Amino acid sequence: MTGQDGATALLEFRQVNTHYGAVHILKDVDLAIYPGELVCLLGGNASGKSTTLKTLLGMVTPTSGEVVLDGEVVNDKPTSYRVTNGVTMVPENRRLFKRLSVGENLELGAYLRTDKDGIAEDLERIFDLFPRVKERLSQKAGTLSGGEQQMVAIGRALMSRPRVLLMDEPSMGLAPALVQQNFELIRQIHADGMSIFMVEQNANMALSIADRGWVLQTGRVVLDDTAEALLANPELRASYLGEG
Amino acid sequence: MSAHAVSTKSARGLVAVDRFLTFIRVFLVTMIVVGILAFIWQQIDADNVFARWRNPNARGLTGDQFKGLLISGLSQGSMYGLIALGYSMVYGVLGFINFAHGEVFMVGAMTGFIASDKFQANGMWEQNFLLCLVLIVLMAIFFSTFTAVVMERVAYRPLRNSPRLIPLITSIGVSFFIQNLVLGLFGPASKSYPRLPEWLAKQRSILTFEIAGTRLMVLVVAAVSMAILWYVVERTKTGRAMRAVAEDKEIASLMGIDVNRTIVTTFAIGGAMAGVGGILWGLMFRSVTHMTGFLPGVKAFTSAVVGGIGNMGGAMAGGISLGSAESIAPMLILEPLGVPGVSQLKDAVAFTVLVLVLLFKPSGLFGERLSSEDRA
Repeated sequence: MTGQDGATALLEFRQVNTHYGAVHILKDVDLAIYPGELVCLLGGNASGKSTTLKTLLGMVTPTSGEVVLDGEVVNDKPTSYRVTNGVTMVPENRRLFKRLSVGENLELGAYLRTDKDGIAEDLERIFDLFPRVKERLSQKAGTLSGGEQQMVAIGRALMSRPRVLLMDEPSMGLAPALVQQNFELIRQIHADGMSIFMVEQNANMALSIADRGWVLQTGRVVLDDTAEALLANPELRASYLGEG
Repeated sequence: MSAHAVSTKSARGLVAVDRFLTFIRVFLVTMIVVGILAFIWQQIDADNVFARWRNPNARGLTGDQFKGLLISGLSQGSMYGLIALGYSMVYGVLGFINFAHGEVFMVGAMTGFIASDKFQANGMWEQNFLLCLVLIVLMAIFFSTFTAVVMERVAYRPLRNSPRLIPLITSIGVSFFIQNLVLGLFGPASKSYPRLPEWLAKQRSILTFEIAGTRLMVLVVAAVSMAILWYVVERTKTGRAMRAVAEDKEIASLMGIDVNRTIVTTFAIGGAMAGVGGILWGLMFRSVTHMTGFLPGVKAFTSAVVGGIGNMGGAMAGGISLGSAESIAPMLILEPLGVPGVSQLKDAVAFTVLVLVLLFKPSGLFGERLSSEDRA
């Protein structure tokens, strides 16, 4: 599959099906994320959003179809292979290692990397992005506030020098004021050139910063369009944006 | 209506349990306070009424006796600590108690016996003791680590996703298996380690402490091993991965950490520590059988719980406090209370310490509060 300007997709699903035991979760899902894009995946509870992320990362193996990373089929490759090759996730609720220090959390993000200079460079970049994180470096991650933990979680993901950043419900569990700030942060990281794939319940907010979006319903992609078109779509407005 | 009645009843039951627990707490604390007071009175004047109240023959401890008990408690406790690390680390990573860990320790002690017996037979033990010591420690580490790793691969890994009670019971089975394997291979007779050379075993005087060379060696080797372990866990990439896996396996694997390999590493390091402990035990008490792992294993498990299970520093501190308590408390607290045969009561003291700590601080001295889902 090639994108608008002929580039190959960074990450792609080709007719992916997944099952948990006998339960059919994802049904013939086709997705593609191109370099430099910010795309979001919308959908209600139990629509298969988390399964999509887990399948992208190799924590769930598809029963049929192909997961393609940069042109290579990676169905049977472990998570570590995908992380090495540029896929990272900021998990839902941040999931920091709370008993480890902030610095150790960041270092674990670079666990698979061996280029010491590059790691130090990325650490500096994260300090530039989040000066607060630098102040808390030796503190236990569990003692930080929600907003600070979000910064560390994003920083930890960036430490693997990803080409595409997966984000699972980035606004979940944050105070309303922080949600705004968080989306601003994501927009900024995207503006610096990062490809981002975001799963989000807050459709309005997500689409306001995204380039494209998909809507997942009980495991099927029911809508696939640009963010503006989705925001204007009456069907979506009715079911996800709480209007009509 | 009925639901309301039930909840009231269970609330009343809770109150009764609380009262009972409070009673035990008060009773144990009173015993300890009275014992210590009587001890202090003995020290002031052995013939006064309070000192003679329960035990007219008690004379208290002299300072030298106290120091001697402290040293023997510390050396015993540091061995408990070495074994306790294995219980604690495995619990931290997998959330279950590996009751076969005492057997890993016994394998180390047994390996040490076989090797040192050979060394003595060809005269090397006397000629070059330090080289022999290094060799038997390395061999014990090797075999103990091997036992622990095979145990994980064969018995625990297939049960990784089953309820935590299952590997717990399996570990008891593994424990019996190893005991009987060693019994079958080497027979039931007690095996004696060769005597330590005189230059090492002789009594020394350090900072007014009279200390036998053997105990000094135990303290030094244990301290060095713990320092190495601390460095590995707190300062290396492997250690960081271990702590990450202990906290959240899913996210650890998301970071690219190989969770299985990290678990094997945890078992291996715990096994190595138990191997060192086994050698020290053998050199100090000079007698090993296939049952040697049992009581030290249980005591080490107690130490791990006392210190706060899942916590490395806690395991060391728990071991040292337990060892000191069971060495000092009989003379300090029980003798003034008129308890007969106090020197036989050190095991009872050890488990009383466990009960006391669990009564006052269920998460252990240095433990963090665990959520209910984290418990085995």
